[in-house]
Amino acid sequence: MSGRIEPTVDLVLAREHGLTDQEYAQIGAILGRTPTFPELGIFSVMWSEHCSYKSSKKYLKRLPTEAPHVLQGPGENAGVVAIGDGLAVVFKIESHNHPSFIEPRQGAATGVGGILRDVFTMGARPIASLDALRFGPLEDPLHRYLLRGVVEGIGGYGNPVGVATVGGETGFHECYRGNILVNAFNLGVVEAERVFLAKASGVGNPVIYVGSKTGRDGIHGASLLASAEFDEESEAKRPTVQVGDPFTEKCLIEACLELMRTDAIVGIQDMGAAGLTCSSFEMASNAGTGIELDLDRVPQRERGMTPYELLLSESQERMLLVARSGREDEVRRIFERWDLDAVVVGRVTDDGRMRIRWHGEQVVDIPVAPVAHQSPELDRPVREPADHLERQKLDPASVAPEADLPGALRALLDTPGLGSKQWIYRQYDQLVQGNTVIGPGGDAALVRVKREDGTATELAVAMSVDCNPRWCWLDPYVGTVAAVAEAVRNVACTGARPLALTNCLNFGNPERPEIMWEFAEATRGLGDAARALGTPVVSGNVSLYNETSGRAIFPTPAIAAVGVLEHWTRHAVSHFAREGQAIVLLGENREELGGCEWLARRRGLERGAPPQVDLEHERRLVALLVEGVAAGVIASAHDVSEGGLAVTLAECCFTGPRRVGACVELADRLRPDALLFGESTGRVIAATDDAERLLALARERGVPAARVGETGGERLRVGAPGRHPWLDEPIDELQAIWRDAIPRRLQEG
Amino acid sequence: MFSVIQLPGSNDDRDLQFALKSVLGADARLAWHKDPALPAETRAVLVPGGFSYGDYLRCGAMARFSPIMADVRRFAEAGGPVLGICNGFQILCEAGLLPGALVRNHHLHFVCDFVHVRVEHARPPFTSRAAVGDRLRLPIKHGEGAYHAPPEQLARLEERGQVLLRYVDAEGRTTAEANPNGSLANIAGVTNERGNVLGLMPHPEHAVEGGLGGEDGRVILGSLLDAVSGARR
Repeated sequence: MSGRIEPTVDLVLAREHGLTDQEYAQIGAILGRTPTFPELGIFSVMWSEHCSYKSSKKYLKRLPTEAPHVLQGPGENAGVVAIGDGLAVVFKIESHNHPSFIEPRQGAATGVGGILRDVFTMGARPIASLDALRFGPLEDPLHRYLLRGVVEGIGGYGNPVGVATVGGETGFHECYRGNILVNAFNLGVVEAERVFLAKASGVGNPVIYVGSKTGRDGIHGASLLASAEFDEESEAKRPTVQVGDPFTEKCLIEACLELMRTDAIVGIQDMGAAGLTCSSFEMASNAGTGIELDLDRVPQRERGMTPYELLLSESQERMLLVARSGREDEVRRIFERWDLDAVVVGRVTDDGRMRIRWHGEQVVDIPVAPVAHQSPELDRPVREPADHLERQKLDPASVAPEADLPGALRALLDTPGLGSKQWIYRQYDQLVQGNTVIGPGGDAALVRVKREDGTATELAVAMSVDCNPRWCWLDPYVGTVAAVAEAVRNVACTGARPLALTNCLNFGNPERPEIMWEFAEATRGLGDAARALGTPVVSGNVSLYNETSGRAIFPTPAIAAVGVLEHWTRHAVSHFAREGQAIVLLGENREELGGCEWLARRRGLERGAPPQVDLEHERRLVALLVEGVAAGVIASAHDVSEGGLAVTLAECCFTGPRRVGACVELADRLRPDALLFGESTGRVIAATDDAERLLALARERGVPAARVGETGGERLRVGAPGRHPWLDEPIDELQAIWRDAIPRRLQEG
Repeated sequence: MFSVIQLPGSNDDRDLQFALKSVLGADARLAWHKDPALPAETRAVLVPGGFSYGDYLRCGAMARFSPIMADVRRFAEAGGPVLGICNGFQILCEAGLLPGALVRNHHLHFVCDFVHVRVEHARPPFTSRAAVGDRLRLPIKHGEGAYHAPPEQLARLEERGQVLLRYVDAEGRTTAEANPNGSLANIAGVTNERGNVLGLMPHPEHAVEGGLGGEDGRVILGSLLDAVSGARR
């Protein structure tokens, strides 16, 4: 072993690499010998929770993943769904939680960079990003710093790379004080016939490394950072956070898309978690081939890097591709044009082995299949938390009625979770590529679709990401069903037809049976809801170990739904657009206070059963929205979610380009606080010029609907018929409270 | 023909081409930054927004050394119309084709929003489709958009009518609240002395379609189209 000092590989070292004794024994059995140091590194990342999904696999297999419009389900870099006109969308959401907590700016930035690569790796031009973020309370200076840093990171990467950030969601809760969540979603557009896969096929074909040079950054990001919980020493893990370079990524996008217009390549994969190791193993495994790599040819940023470091580096903005033999110069020319490295580092072989040489010496010789696809699958113990049913107990009679309904509305609008996110979104380029029909702040974002040649189509894609973590904590099954229903409903509120889902499942330590139970229940809910709504799960990501010193986050399955609108000009908005329109409530008000924001803010209670979800009703409601918007009957539609009817109505009044008041009468015989602030699911506030037609259409579709008021004036008035109104508030005042909810806590007006 | 310069890190190049070609029906092509010269048929040059070379140094500081920039300078000096938008504005300032400089927004954040700008002079080649005092609603998206120049230079710019666009509120007043980035004198766009080179921070190319940011951007791009229709280099 000339020129490097390597530790002796034994069980102790394997444990330090996060491998179990059993896994280490299995490695010995696969190789028939003790692994070399680089080989141990490879196994440790490939079999880490982050890369192998060993705890979650069992449950993910049960999710519905197929439909006629699904061109590619889970297993590739991202899911692919046909949207018509010969086009498809490629999308996925992924977590970058731990890096963002340790170093918010770079952690969030590289999260955006990573998800972009997942999308353009498949031949798609990334057109829109969403971010689902969760922080601790903003009263904590650490979380003000984290919010600022994460937003700067997302903008600092997304803006220069030229992809619009068009929405997402941001929540705040005590449970994220020790572990924030940064989930980045991206969607791209590709010709359905031109999807590229991560396959190293064609024996003798060259394996080409493109993009940034390899450095020592991010080594063991996947295994040691993402696959373990936090403790007091996590700060010391800062060097495992990678540093992003959006400029290189932008050039890489353009060069890759240019290359993909030729037929010079057969497969391509980004180097994300576990870098060169993961990408080469996945490509060989997907094609049933082997790969021979020569590490001396890998472009290097630093001198003296060892094979172990080269294989495990998570330096950003790098891709591995397999070209057709003889087309190497064509690849090189395109990358040179963009001033990027493109170097042949190996060849595809037919023996199913990964053989890696360094300084003329063979440092790795492993069969591909066992590493990539025979990774351990665990059946971790599952136990319902002892207090789970206790959490759901809530006697409404014991909850003191709200004495100040207008005050409660104002208090809710002032919470950072419900207040305006304009402070965040203003820092993102929402418009680049010129397709943003509805940007941040709508129920779903709506983005017009252009072809790669720059011509516009009539199509638009709608997308929304949602989760109510409190509900998921109270009941992970119902909470996840509700998250799916909400994401799908939000997409339909624009008029788009929901097509498919992606998800980022954020949970605590899977080694604790109670966490595994939450995970099992949540995925059961995800599967049931996805099946009922006809929206299969085409991609996703699992993030476990989201806890610090034994305290886990609330289960937070962030669900993103994607839909298509045939004519982008024919869409609904979420705010009231005009005076004199009829307001129609679709769905039914029920007396459900469990898990609602009002109960938490005004009574300090986070308990009760979350509102029930009727998936058959949700399906009908979605069909009605799609049909109603297409027919021009629904002018605006806004989903009723956190804060209930009162907050939803207030948002309808002031989130448009100009304020439009409303006068609403509710005949339901419910306690007023539950009626105004309860969060029963399956409801939408619609505005229309033709209430009769909308009500008739709702009847036909089997959706309960009632005309509840009219738009107009400068106040929001809500009450029971013939009674003094419960709420009679000037809209400008409500808007000011809502607008300042975050800035005032950051001391930025 | 419009030549849209494509630099590494340009983001709005294709959007600008789309606005000119697909919306306004003009002939617009991308011109690669490493090319030694503009295409011979070039009648106007557009330097698009983005983050040329990542803007890791000063914004626009690297891009001015791109090979094609020498010909852009020749083109401008010969009186050809050159429009720089956002990063393009920064590049033209760095290249010395426009006076002044753009520095970090006074609030230190990147800002993406719609703003109103007032047309201060209505004349070819950039504002002939407007009347003096017209308000345009255009988007901005930048972190370094605060226009600065020394007091004497600023006075000269005003005197010579080089301030073409100014940030105003919905009523057309140049208030501090209407100034999104701390630009001196609410300046959103300036020309060179001759008036054939304009730099502006707002993005006319992202306001050319109703339902997608409005159509006020057509005033500027359309004026340029009018100016070059039939014109010769």
